[in-house]
Amino acid sequence: MIYRRRATPLHSARAAAGCAYCLALGVAALMLANPVALAAVTLSVVLAALAAGTGHQLRRAAGMALAVGVAVAAVNALVDRDGLTVIMRLGDLPVLGQTDVTLEATVYGAILGLRAATLILCGTLYTCAVDPDEVLRLFRRISFGSALSATLATRMVPILVRDGRRLADAQRCRPGRPPSRLTLMRAVSSGVLDRALDVAAALEVRGYGAGHRPSPRRAPWSRHDAAFLSAAIVMVALAVAARAWALAPFTAYPALHAPAGPGVLAVAAALVAAALAPFADRRGLRQ
Amino acid sequence: MSTVSLQEVTYTYPGADTAALSDVNLQIGAGELVVVAGGSGSGKSTLLRAISGLVPHFHGGTFAGRATIAGMDTRAHGPGELAGAVGTLFQDPETQVVMGTVRAELAFGLENRGLGPAAVARAVEEAALALGIEGLLERSTAELSGGELQRAALGAALAGRPQVVVLDEPTSQLDPVSGDELIGLLRRINEDTDATIVLAEHRLERCLGAADRVVALAGGRIVCDAAPQAFLEWAAGAAPNLQTPGAKLLGSLGLPPAAGVKRARALLRDAGLLPAPEPGSVAVHAGAPAQPRDAERPRVPARPRRLARRRAAAPACAVELRGAWHELRSGPAILRGISLTVAPGERVALMGRNGAGKSTLLRHAAGLMNPTRGTVRRGGRIALLLQNPTDYLVHDSVAEEAPPVALARAGLDPATMGSRHPRDLSGGEKQRLALAVVLGDLADRPAAVCLDEPTRGMDRDHKHQLATLLAGLDAAVIVATHDPEFASAFADRVVLLADGTVIADAAAGEILSGGSYFATETARILGGVPGVLTPADGLRLVTGAPAPSGGARVAAEAMA
Repeated sequence: MIYRRRATPLHSARAAAGCAYCLALGVAALMLANPVALAAVTLSVVLAALAAGTGHQLRRAAGMALAVGVAVAAVNALVDRDGLTVIMRLGDLPVLGQTDVTLEATVYGAILGLRAATLILCGTLYTCAVDPDEVLRLFRRISFGSALSATLATRMVPILVRDGRRLADAQRCRPGRPPSRLTLMRAVSSGVLDRALDVAAALEVRGYGAGHRPSPRRAPWSRHDAAFLSAAIVMVALAVAARAWALAPFTAYPALHAPAGPGVLAVAAALVAAALAPFADRRGLRQ
Repeated sequence: MSTVSLQEVTYTYPGADTAALSDVNLQIGAGELVVVAGGSGSGKSTLLRAISGLVPHFHGGTFAGRATIAGMDTRAHGPGELAGAVGTLFQDPETQVVMGTVRAELAFGLENRGLGPAAVARAVEEAALALGIEGLLERSTAELSGGELQRAALGAALAGRPQVVVLDEPTSQLDPVSGDELIGLLRRINEDTDATIVLAEHRLERCLGAADRVVALAGGRIVCDAAPQAFLEWAAGAAPNLQTPGAKLLGSLGLPPAAGVKRARALLRDAGLLPAPEPGSVAVHAGAPAQPRDAERPRVPARPRRLARRRAAAPACAVELRGAWHELRSGPAILRGISLTVAPGERVALMGRNGAGKSTLLRHAAGLMNPTRGTVRRGGRIALLLQNPTDYLVHDSVAEEAPPVALARAGLDPATMGSRHPRDLSGGEKQRLALAVVLGDLADRPAAVCLDEPTRGMDRDHKHQLATLLAGLDAAVIVATHDPEFASAFADRVVLLADGTVIADAAAGEILSGGSYFATETARILGGVPGVLTPADGLRLVTGAPAPSGGARVAAEAMA
């Protein structure tokens, strides 16, 4: 799962706008708990990924997101003791003790799970659609070391994936019994260290240790920069407004309260529209 | 004043018993193109790392003496500061490319030096144009081939117009065409920009013609520092393994050595020893399949009796590909209807440019990949040794990796080597151990042994050992290689691939003597006389001595 330049509006936007857009989707997912509004954020991420041509990568990440979401939901349902509507009595379980599963804890767990899955999908969209080199350039003036570490971590991923494939191929070529998983894990981890040293040496000879701060770039703002930054602002504003004025209310305990009235539907529709609007303009795409 | 000045430099890596560099004194002036020669472990890479400042700042260890690069003492200035004056290119381009796109990669070093956006943009464009990679600027580095990555890494090293460029075996992963292009490019950059170039290489025949000077190392000491011709004269007596095939040929004819094919040919012509081109001789070019010429076959010493013996005792084919295609789901076809039969005991070299399909073909032969169309038939187990032998070595001792009989067959003594950790072995020993791993025990003998670029980064001694080892195997051997000298040493037959198809398939003596890229240096000097690949062949041709009987030409003669 790596960044690959494509001719889409999100790929054409500068890194600052792309970062802000993905961050705004994440902020909205964190601030909104109403199921309809949260589902709208999830839908926005999925549609944005499809519009950005990264649907294939998102589909691969969705498996992990779903697993994390289900795990979060299950843990909350089993551990949370709040809620009035008992839907299942599991009796006295080891470690957990007396366990009654309530409707409220189950629904709230599902909300937490959906939120976790949405955040994972936001991260995937960011990784696949925002140029890490530009992010490095953007943040290196503030915290060069952290920005470089983060960018190199994403750079190391494909290298390590390739190394892993090579190692797996080599082991398939061995006649007889294959080595144990532990042996392979040890070999892979020592290989990672070798790789990290190689990359560190390459950084040294490229002057990374010289400590110079790069000069800022003054590129003119494109229509896509403006569109994605505006969308980010609108989405955060919607989430803040929904929270402040209870436009998309949700209460889990002691009893469920999750209305799907016109206010909630309006917030959800506005969120999806704001998220997708920047993709409508396909003029001036970077190839 | 020297651009590179090393005075009494002695350096020992942390935890090492012996010094990697000992009392090295070296002065290199501006605009010189210096080739650093020497066997594996002679100190070439350490010398380059001392020039780039990685020694001692990155590696630690004990450093004595003084290294002054572009006026900066490396004891006071680390690699980060030296990066403004020294561009560095290592052997493996994959680990030196750190950014996502080629443009960002070229800009990275310049931005680290604090240059403004306009200066960075201009330097990136100029470096890209100079290297002919302007079309790659927006490409993702994850999508580049090995050769393209190497060019991008070279561009990153050159973008800041460094006073000194150090390159550690930059052609080791490149096909002969790209390797020659890179050397030519370095010469052009050296002439255009007056940059000092220090280049470590094993394949001296590729680069001596472009060099101003050669520095030879042995055991961390400089043992020769001379112009290419003087170096070759010195090597004839003191270090025969550093001699180029052309120098050996000339030396055997009593002529002084010459660096480069053109000069060697001129010497032979002046001495009246250059054979006239044979009428109708065929040069093998990409796109023009070679036609086997039966009349000339006797010139090719192909070990027929041994081959016949092996064939008689074995099944009909070791491996056979029939109309094999490999088409990527959303990409091009890597193999395009390849049909190839390798008989038991046959020695086949697969050659071709980077991306021609050599590795993919070997993977199909070994069953690591399946053709999307066509069939692959195997006469038994196929042992495949991939490019990086370290990938096979996952245990804590040599004895755990392979049974004693396999170690012995691969030329490793189980008694003395068994307890050693695989990671402590030298490059050549790792290669042999990985070969032992894939060979397995006697009960499971492979029908064919396939090796993918086994000589990458190997010195001539190790290549010789490997060629001898392969000559001793019972199984068919298929080797993908970029090294014509190595191919001539072990192969009976050469298959030339281009764009996933076989464009030439004939005896080694024919293919490796035709053309200029996929030909040995001797063949290039002598103008492509079929079957004349090695200095010994050349000597026989020029003096009219009879060729030895079949089977007499062994790997040792070809590589020695």
